[in-house]
Amino acid sequence: MKPLLQSETFVRIAAPLAVGIVLIGMWEVGCRLASIPVYLFPKPSDIYVSLIKNGPSLLRALLVTLRVTLQAFAAAVILGTLIAFMFVQSRAIEVSLFPYAVLLQVTPVVAIAPLIIILVKNTQLSLTICATLVALFPIISNTTLGLRSVDPGLANYFRMNRAGRLKTLIKLRIPGALPYFFGGLRISSGLALIGAVVAEFVAGTGGRSSGLAYEILDAGFTLDIPRMFAALLLITLTGVGLFGAMVFLSKLALSNWHESEIGAET
Amino acid sequence: MNALMPGEPVSESADRTRASGDRPPAVEVLSAEKVFANGTRALAPIDLSIADGEFLTLIGPSGCGKSTLLKLIANLIEPSDGRLLWWRGEFLQVGQDGRRFAFVFQEPTLMPWARVDANVRLPLELASVAKPKAAPIVAEAIERVGLSKFTRHFPRQLSGGMKMRVSIARALVTNPNLLLMDEPFGALDEITRNKLDADLVRLWWERKLTTVFVTHSIYEAVFLSTRIIVMASNPGRIFRTMTIDQPQPRDEEFRGSPKFAAYCRELSTWLAEASLPSASGGGL
Repeated sequence: MKPLLQSETFVRIAAPLAVGIVLIGMWEVGCRLASIPVYLFPKPSDIYVSLIKNGPSLLRALLVTLRVTLQAFAAAVILGTLIAFMFVQSRAIEVSLFPYAVLLQVTPVVAIAPLIIILVKNTQLSLTICATLVALFPIISNTTLGLRSVDPGLANYFRMNRAGRLKTLIKLRIPGALPYFFGGLRISSGLALIGAVVAEFVAGTGGRSSGLAYEILDAGFTLDIPRMFAALLLITLTGVGLFGAMVFLSKLALSNWHESEIGAET
Repeated sequence: MNALMPGEPVSESADRTRASGDRPPAVEVLSAEKVFANGTRALAPIDLSIADGEFLTLIGPSGCGKSTLLKLIANLIEPSDGRLLWWRGEFLQVGQDGRRFAFVFQEPTLMPWARVDANVRLPLELASVAKPKAAPIVAEAIERVGLSKFTRHFPRQLSGGMKMRVSIARALVTNPNLLLMDEPFGALDEITRNKLDADLVRLWWERKLTTVFVTHSIYEAVFLSTRIIVMASNPGRIFRTMTIDQPQPRDEEFRGSPKFAAYCRELSTWLAEASLPSASGGGL
């Protein structure tokens, strides 16, 4: 067996982990030495204690945020893919609608969230709509690009064999677009979470259906800074988890053939 | 006439290839010419008859219109003037008679996401042949090109030569009547190329498959063909024709024979003449 230190996988996991442990250690020791008060900047141990203490309420908030995020992400994937298919079917559709897709992308969600929250009664739904708007564009643009980036030789081959539109789409365009689509998924999953949190901030709803953003707001009002950090930590972990899931999915689908995933397997 | 014979082997029987008889020619090019929209005259009017079962090679300097002629024969483009007949019929008739064309290009153009068998099955799938019905045909085609052990591999796991074999298997799977190949082995190293040439000759012989082949390689042309058309440019036209009247199927023995060398030498001089700016048509 190879010595542990020479193993690529071990180094890839251990090195960033070591950096993290050292940073957290310095944080803890630094706060203690300078005796910084908890309400200004809590130590990692304070955050941990708060995480345990507020566990149930934080977890409930996490579930709320996660639900909005996943709903929005799913809606963005379905809508985005459908729109991309439409764009590819006809240049006229793409030319007339693409500027509006860009408009959607460049308008900050914070700016339209109040409007949507006023228009849509159901808070959950309005939050989901906001997050969907944020997550939609990467799916549209990546999938469209992918569906258009067909190997010209293969496209020619399909044409010479008199393949119809549908067969060309299923056998050639969709498989060829997958790498781009998965690239879009990675960006979009993170954006869905950001959209959900930002929309929640704007909505500022409390009560039973409050998410992590409200936990942060509430912790700020009550100067419970460790709880604020704990909620922040959960949001970060959720984002990392989503990204990891997308990487895994993309590996699952592409590892057999696409260059982007082949290097990783050796 | 264009049908000049090369100097030395002329004494051999000047008779045509094994095809002929009363079988109609596979392709007749009747004064077909091609002028592109920008005014470029790619092909001067060309007359050419390709016998059923013939292995015809088009060779010539760059820009002599050999690929254009191949595309005309494949009906991928229409002639600006003149016409083409396939088995004495119009192109529409080809499909109605159940006859098929197959193409092999310089690039193997395989689907990177599909395994070898799925790649070979593609033309059948596009023709809506059911999977169970296609399976034995696909397996047979893969076996013919010697890739049975690699059925479940992905293209990226194969060498350049093996990818080309997959491409050939994909062409064979529809059981075509006319095989059109545009510099299929141009990107391969010489050893692989010789091996593939030998396999191609065997396949052509076994299948009685009319083949039109475009190449830059003199050795490849002499080794494979029953007839070689040397083309010249400005405008693209037939410069001379060489008949290689040697026993089939050919093997490495032929490649090492003095006759092979003589054909190559002759063809080489012709090509040099065809490449001269002053080259005039008709082999004068």
